[in-house]
Amino acid sequence: MWNWLHKFASPPHAYRLLGKLAPWFGWSSLALILLATWWGLVEAPMDYQQKDAFRILYVHAPSAWMSMFTYVMMAVAAGIGLIWRIKLAHAAAAAAAPIGASFTFLALATGSIWGKPMWGTWWVWDARLTSELILLFLYLGYMALRSSFDDPQRADRASAVLAIVGVINVPIIHYSVEWWSTLHQPASVTKLDKPSIALEMLYPLFMMIVGFQLFFGWALSRRLRGEILRRERNATWLKDVS
Amino acid sequence: MRRASVSSAAWLVFTRDLTLAWRRWDEVAQPLIFYVVVTTLFPLATTPELAQLRTISGGVVWVAALLSSLLALESLFRSDVEDGTMEQWVLSGQPLGWLLLAKVACHWVLTGLPLVVMAPIVGTALGLPYEAWGTLVLSLLLGTATLSILGGIGAALTVGVRRGSVLLSLLVLPLAMPLLIFGSRAVSMAMDGDSPAGPLQLLAAIFFMVLSLGPLAMSAAIRISVES
Repeated sequence: MWNWLHKFASPPHAYRLLGKLAPWFGWSSLALILLATWWGLVEAPMDYQQKDAFRILYVHAPSAWMSMFTYVMMAVAAGIGLIWRIKLAHAAAAAAAPIGASFTFLALATGSIWGKPMWGTWWVWDARLTSELILLFLYLGYMALRSSFDDPQRADRASAVLAIVGVINVPIIHYSVEWWSTLHQPASVTKLDKPSIALEMLYPLFMMIVGFQLFFGWALSRRLRGEILRRERNATWLKDVS
Repeated sequence: MRRASVSSAAWLVFTRDLTLAWRRWDEVAQPLIFYVVVTTLFPLATTPELAQLRTISGGVVWVAALLSSLLALESLFRSDVEDGTMEQWVLSGQPLGWLLLAKVACHWVLTGLPLVVMAPIVGTALGLPYEAWGTLVLSLLLGTATLSILGGIGAALTVGVRRGSVLLSLLVLPLAMPLLIFGSRAVSMAMDGDSPAGPLQLLAAIFFMVLSLGPLAMSAAIRISVES
């Protein structure tokens, strides 16, 4: 297993493998997302309370899920990079951060658009929205720290420590915000957020989540390839590739 | 050469920092003045009515404490890293986490503790009732101590960075948000006459978690900053 890991972690091998994987991720995610969009927007039944407005769920929930998934993946990659000193893992964490921040922003934007017809305002200090906002701050801090070092190795290791500290804090932040908002708000707002959802509505959601996950795979492969190129720009193996 | 024990080494660091701070006491006083000035801004910006200020007083005291302890954090490790003291500590064979914890403890005594002592006075000026004094002091004791360690991690990460102070706030403030939630919640519960035990216990839990894991993260961050 270690041999395999070391082989994969070598930049030339990873570069080639990611190049082969990217189209598979890309096309399958496109197919799934299109299919789930059609299923969710056209086929799925209307919500009796929220009418058609609930359909933004098919973008909102997958991006909220991906925003958290990406942070955990980033922290795991950073930990692997820090402990076993694998440069590729650091590169993966660096490549994942902007994707995760974009997912977080998308979740916030769709949540706010969803809030307008449901709650009557663009922004409500709802627990989920607030902890999502704090997650965006964490992403921004991580990227700011990474970009403030000139030496890439130092940037890798310092931001890895921050990612690990952050991932320990994410559950604390989440539960503290949840507790804070339930004390400050009437329960009717949060009740809308977790309706007992019908199965016909749920299937396209699952499909969309898988589609988003594959999209993340595609985006990460592309970005990681770029990151490898940037880091290995003076290496000899690059001449053979091009 | 005889090697000093961990506790005596940590004590040496603590007293050294304390002595250094006494010789430049005006630098120690600045965050405290900042704290008072910031709390003065709130009545000016909102309303001089004590009845209305009362409702936000706990939150204002907490936010001001958070900001002014951040203010002093940036220089926490800077001079030691720049003059090579930190390198000697890394090489000394003493557990780096303990030395850094001693340094952070001294920093807390100099900046956190004065804020805690000042808090009832500032709070009273904002209409905070006497019944909430104890809760305010206790919550700030736990909160500023936790914040000093969290900020120590941030300061250790940004020690080699140009214009690190803005970056430091960007890193530390999101991590400190649970403290703010529990701390100001405890104060407002005490003002309403409820028992603030719940949020105070949660604050204490966070403090002990940060106290146990924080030095590890701090020493890892310092090693990164010093070695490369």
